[in-house]
Amino acid sequence: MKEFDVLIIGGGPAGLAAAISAYDNGAKSVCIMERDNRLGGILNQCIHNGFGLTRFKESLAGPEYADRFVKQVETRNITVMLDTTVLSLSGEKTVTAISPDRGYFEVKAKAVVLAMGCRERSRGALNIAGARCAGIYSAGTAQKYVNVKGFMPGKRIVILGSGDIGLIMARRMTLEGAKVVAVCEIMPYSSGLRRNIVQCLDDFGIPLYLEHTITKIEGKDRVTGVVVSKVDENRRPIAGTELHFDCDTVLFSVGLIPENELTKNAEIPLAKNTRGAIVYQNRETLCSGVFACGNVLQVHDLVDFVSEESELAGRCAAEYAIKGISAKGGVNVVNGKNVTYVLPQKLDLDLQSNGLIKLYFRVSGAFRNCVIALSCGDKVIVQKQKKIAVPGEMETLVIPKDKLSLIDGDLTLTLEA
Amino acid sequence: MEVVNLTCVECPVGCSINVTVDGGKAIKVEGNGCIRGKLYAENEVVCPKRVVTSTVKTTDGRLLPVKTDIPVRKSAMFEVMGLINAVVVAPPVSVGDVLVDDIFEGAKLVATGNAPTK
Ligand code: SF4
Repeated sequence: MKEFDVLIIGGGPAGLAAAISAYDNGAKSVCIMERDNRLGGILNQCIHNGFGLTRFKESLAGPEYADRFVKQVETRNITVMLDTTVLSLSGEKTVTAISPDRGYFEVKAKAVVLAMGCRERSRGALNIAGARCAGIYSAGTAQKYVNVKGFMPGKRIVILGSGDIGLIMARRMTLEGAKVVAVCEIMPYSSGLRRNIVQCLDDFGIPLYLEHTITKIEGKDRVTGVVVSKVDENRRPIAGTELHFDCDTVLFSVGLIPENELTKNAEIPLAKNTRGAIVYQNRETLCSGVFACGNVLQVHDLVDFVSEESELAGRCAAEYAIKGISAKGGVNVVNGKNVTYVLPQKLDLDLQSNGLIKLYFRVSGAFRNCVIALSCGDKVIVQKQKKIAVPGEMETLVIPKDKLSLIDGDLTLTLEA
Repeated sequence: MEVVNLTCVECPVGCSINVTVDGGKAIKVEGNGCIRGKLYAENEVVCPKRVVTSTVKTTDGRLLPVKTDIPVRKSAMFEVMGLINAVVVAPPVSVGDVLVDDIFEGAKLVATGNAPTK
């Protein structure tokens, strides 16, 4: 059986950055398994610009961002297996996979990095009444049709959900000649970036209906229209507020879910709030030698942060493979008041020889002039002021090195309005 | 004199910027987190511009992602789309290749993806 120091599952932005970092940190044999026929993952269909501003200080299109990493993979001795679907992963870090060239095969690794990304929440999850006819797509599927396959899913579009992919697709379909008649968001605020509201909706006069949802889809063979209703504070439709829109297509942009089938089957514990694996600060899961990074771990807003997190996971996977450095025991980091999740969920303080610990988290509502605090029992370890905090934007909090000695038990992260 | 409120679209921070406009020109810019926001706001009140990203066909029937290398007039975006859609390129093409030297008012059309020879 072939054996690698570090095996990476997924060749999107997370997998690419993890592979490069694992190699550069001394892993002798690194392999990426990717189910598509090319590296780059979702970036290949994200042809809009705005990627890489943090990392490269320039505004790149998705495929350009991916290309920078693919080129780095190509100049290193990294094995890339395309068209390769991983079927299972065991706690002993044996992976079974299948591809047209190799058929069914097994590979062993000293360390594994999970980098499978996420998938879109589907329409079924929302239980909308009405017809099951043609013309209903997730925003990401529509994006693939338009940007990769080259055909338009429809001419008159209603979009449910104001996540970034939905906003980006509103602009894209408009530029390609379609009419986007409405974007409906059930919450009182958009989950997308403000710049996308401006440059994707406002630039084209596309109306955004906040606190509105689709309550019925009409049509027999093909969508002919939708009914949209205002919702109350419990997100329930208010009778008498119905609006009707004629359309031939409905796009759903209603959230992303980490794709953790492999993780679950390997019986690696997941966190309920992130739907990704529970990890230590080195991105090691509770199965030693198995690491996770990128959107399979937590859904990020920006690919730049996916790359950053994945470099950390790749480096630590190499350290595990070469020196057997592994996280264990430690303290828990839990989300308290007004915080929906914190990552990493565990800290092994014996492990922390170099660098700072950075906590990533999301808040549960829109807050102004708030205080974010990390405490250990009654002791406040770190706190910071925040002018604005919204659920659509991931927040971070750094624990300085000199504060680590104060930690003697589980930590709680809270936001006080 | 009037004050216009804008959201900067230059980076994900999305600063809320107040621009004081006099005689069709920005005379004061406030709220920008960095210098790029000032330039954005000054330009936005005179002639809003955006980078256009799209795809072109290759001679062997694939799609290649492209962008304008500089922002183009927002009011002409559909015209620019029409010009981009008429472009067909022959592989091989690599990221960064200039496909059209002047697609619109001095902007170049640049490949943002690769189309290697099959
Ligand atoms: S002003 Fe600067 S920091 Fe603020 S959104 Fe614009 S580019 Fe970003």
